Amino acid sequence: MVTIKSRMAWLAALAVVAMPLLSACGTTNEPAATPAPSGNTPAANAGGGKLEMFSWWTTGGEEAGLKALYALYKKDHPNVDIINQAVAGAAGSDAKAVLKTRMLGGNPPDAFQVHMGHELLDGYVAAGQVEPLDDLYKSEGFDKAFPKGVLDIVSGPDPKDASGGNHFWSVPVNIHRANVLWYNKKVFSDNNLTAPASFDDFFKVADALKAKGVTALALGDKVPFASAHLFETVLVGTLGTDGYKGLWTGATKWDDAKVTEALNNFKKMLGYINSDHSALTWDQANDLLIQGKAGMTIMGDWVDADYKAKKFTDYGWANTPGTAGIYDALSDTFALPKGAKDRQNALDWLKLAGSEPGQDAFNPLKGSIPARIDAGKGDYDAYLQSAITDWKKDTIVPSVVHGAAAKDGWAQSYTDAINSFVTSQDVSKTQAALADACKQAGVCK
Amino acid sequence: MSAVTPSVRQPRRPQIRASRVAIYAILVVFAAFYLMPVYVLVVTGLKSFTEISLDRMWNLPTSIGFDSFRDAWLGNENTSINGLAGNFYNSIILTVPATLISAMLGSMNGYVLAKWKFRGANIIFPAILFGMFIPYQSVLIPLVQTMQSVHLYGSLLGLMFVHIIYGIPITTLIFRNYYASVPTELVEAARIDGASILGVYRHILFPISLPGFIVVMIWQFTAIWNEFLFAVVLVNNPESQPITVALNNLAGSFSVQWNIQMAGALLAAVPTLLVYIFLGRYFIRGLLAGSVKG
Amino acid sequence: MNHARPDSAISVARPYTAPRRRVITRDRVISIALITPSVLAIAIFVYVFIGRTAYISLVNWNDFAPDFTWVGLDNYTRLFQTERFQIDLRNTLEFTVVFVAACLFIGLLLAVLLDQKLKGEAIFRNIFMFPLAISFIVTGVAWRWLLTPSSGVNLLFDAVGLGFLKSGWFTDPKVGILAVDIAAVWQMSGYVMAMYLAGLRGIPEELREAARVDGATEWQVFRRVMLPMLQPITLSAVIILGHISLKIFDLTKSMTGPGPGFSSDVPALFMYDTTFSGSHFSQGAAIATVLLLLVSVLIIPYLIYNFRNEVQQ
Repeated sequence: MVTIKSRMAWLAALAVVAMPLLSACGTTNEPAATPAPSGNTPAANAGGGKLEMFSWWTTGGEEAGLKALYALYKKDHPNVDIINQAVAGAAGSDAKAVLKTRMLGGNPPDAFQVHMGHELLDGYVAAGQVEPLDDLYKSEGFDKAFPKGVLDIVSGPDPKDASGGNHFWSVPVNIHRANVLWYNKKVFSDNNLTAPASFDDFFKVADALKAKGVTALALGDKVPFASAHLFETVLVGTLGTDGYKGLWTGATKWDDAKVTEALNNFKKMLGYINSDHSALTWDQANDLLIQGKAGMTIMGDWVDADYKAKKFTDYGWANTPGTAGIYDALSDTFALPKGAKDRQNALDWLKLAGSEPGQDAFNPLKGSIPARIDAGKGDYDAYLQSAITDWKKDTIVPSVVHGAAAKDGWAQSYTDAINSFVTSQDVSKTQAALADACKQAGVCK
Repeated sequence: MSAVTPSVRQPRRPQIRASRVAIYAILVVFAAFYLMPVYVLVVTGLKSFTEISLDRMWNLPTSIGFDSFRDAWLGNENTSINGLAGNFYNSIILTVPATLISAMLGSMNGYVLAKWKFRGANIIFPAILFGMFIPYQSVLIPLVQTMQSVHLYGSLLGLMFVHIIYGIPITTLIFRNYYASVPTELVEAARIDGASILGVYRHILFPISLPGFIVVMIWQFTAIWNEFLFAVVLVNNPESQPITVALNNLAGSFSVQWNIQMAGALLAAVPTLLVYIFLGRYFIRGLLAGSVKG
Repeated sequence: MNHARPDSAISVARPYTAPRRRVITRDRVISIALITPSVLAIAIFVYVFIGRTAYISLVNWNDFAPDFTWVGLDNYTRLFQTERFQIDLRNTLEFTVVFVAACLFIGLLLAVLLDQKLKGEAIFRNIFMFPLAISFIVTGVAWRWLLTPSSGVNLLFDAVGLGFLKSGWFTDPKVGILAVDIAAVWQMSGYVMAMYLAGLRGIPEELREAARVDGATEWQVFRRVMLPMLQPITLSAVIILGHISLKIFDLTKSMTGPGPGFSSDVPALFMYDTTFSGSHFSQGAAIATVLLLLVSVLIIPYLIYNFRNEVQQ
């Protein structure tokens, strides 16, 4: 408190110096320099105070979904001042770096967005920086509302708890699917093509498109996660559910011939992509498909929201090659850091995020499906409705690029290896790098 | 003036003319290279959104509109762009005090090192100087931990503190070299008159320190305003971040159009450019001092 | 100037040597007190922190939770085996050589041209130097768009019929870091020009005249008289540019990021990613230590050289 007060005094003194400059500029975005708006001294009671929510949702449907949740929250907590800490950039990776330095610096927000799975479990949970949410799960019935596949991924042991029992660590607000192949319907019907189901089909379709001078597969890996994402779906399609899951537990060896096969499939696919892939982001690559310059693209189902935003309707979707009946899942969840300044407000936020009204308000806008099995009644479009159906019957596997399958250090090494591969296309070197990443993560010997 | 050069030299004139033309031609080509980004930044900033297109980056605007500047500065609710105004303000309240304090510290250190040489000074001074050359990555992790333990992490005040500390080497260097050029006889005379160390500083050196202060303050102002690494690592709250970090975030976002990034870049450059334009002479002196010898 | 104080008044009255020593002793204490905070701050924030970083690079803190198990040089071994780091070192070398060479060449050329007693010299000088006042982040953002393949410089090439010069720039792995060089040279060559210009202005006109009287051509004057005298400046410039280029971070971060196949990646960027995105704190510390060693190889001899010269003077 002392530090905050003296800091305020400092800033106030400085504000006097700098005020003429400021008023000359006519700013609207007033920072905390002027005396604190509501102060955090008498907060945290009587439904007032603040809620500092950290996320990387800054654009389009994501932001709209977040705002819808805020609006719901405000209805019950009119006096809480919501501070939206949304950090833009690079599929959340910039935001994650920011959050990490914040947590490392002992300056946590009240609640933060984090992918379900190892990104959280091996990160902030292992470091003892978030609170277990078992009580919340019980009181709100979350332990019944989410499917077992999800409960497994959001729970893990507490490093401080010697009994080794599992606890719940975050509340999933949505589910995204990584293994979706999107195609331009008109391009396909003009060339009498149908969505491919296997790698063989895929290459036949790709050859046909290439022969017509159409880019078969649009890729935008200016931010390297996109190519790593593509390879993830190839891994799932080549190794199958168990083989793929085993990669992240040590049950499948990274020097396995199947991984070699996956790399070769991937390499072959790279022969069909747009030449300017490294200059584009995934959404710019998606524009190629919209314009009919490309036939297909492989990307997570946030693409659906991108089409909607760009008012493009003539698209179809299918599972990526070899992944019929498999749901390569990721989820955005919210966690509660230890030492949150407005803990009760944060808990109320988590309650809302996990509730049926919360999920059905958020997801249609965000372009994802609810994690709850009893939700799904809302303004969901055709794709999302099909995903809701699949979610209930498919086998769930965790996404690595999006934090569910491995801790982020491992995911980063994996992404690095694939980013090199896209240029070098050296199968054996990349396979060795992938194997080493597993070793460094402490999962492989 | 050049038209009336002495007629005696006339035979050489055509040759001189030709080489002069060549020199000017080369200089103009280079000037165009240096000004190219400025042209694009300004022209883009002046266009209205309807005229913005990557294919027509070089075209002059047909009508003047400040749309990009407005969005870059104030933000835009519809496209959820956060304006840079607040971050610009953060940079000011970070940079101004840090610059003043840095200059005071540097002046003191420079004075002692230039005029009160003590045993070990020949080791301590280079050891201090080394601090301005290190890659700051090599102190980053302990720095984050330390700032956390003294509760200065995440705030502009903490960042200010860090800039002051890592500014010690360069400010000390500039002032030491500046004071070294003051005749020692002046100092000696004052001491024989009975002036103490502080008296000599107050009455002899400080009154003639203004140019040194200007050089150091310009250097520190520019360096701190432009700095990125410490800012991005130490200040995470987007509302407290200085402008370089906010600009980088603006540029890293998918949704933010290139024209708004360009306008933001220009806004971020304005204060240091103004300093350069009005105090360029001192700015260059500081730069040259940065090469240790100067 | 009336600064007579009680004690100094007394000192004048006493025999010459003794009080003087007393005054010096007191002043000595003050002088040390004045400089101690700075010395301590640098001792901690530079030297202790470097030591701490070196220590972290020798333990196994490669997860978010700190782990201080001693692993010796394992982090370094792994680092040098990591493809990304190998590419980074190659990139840094390539970047540095091109950057230093281009800045020296352009800087010297511009300085010599500006030294010809031109009209409008000040205007040109200011144009060549204003990028120095700008943040690398601003430079990065501006040049990112100028070197975007579908726009910027490529459009200019098309317009003037030099379409064959078009390039994918930083999106082309074969160009990669060299595209960043363009922006870096744009920003820093004016600095070298300023250094050379100051050097040239410091060479007495008589020296040049003397050479000319001896029948030397202008080129010989430049080659035999000016260049040797500019040598110390060249050395300074190489050191300054070299250490900037080894540390480069802001520019690549804002302009290109790691790039396709890490073709524009640099160690500082890898350090930031692996530490703050990947939680590999020990690996990040190892990269930082390698960077520090590289910079030290340049800087320490330079500092020693400078101070030896000074002591001799």
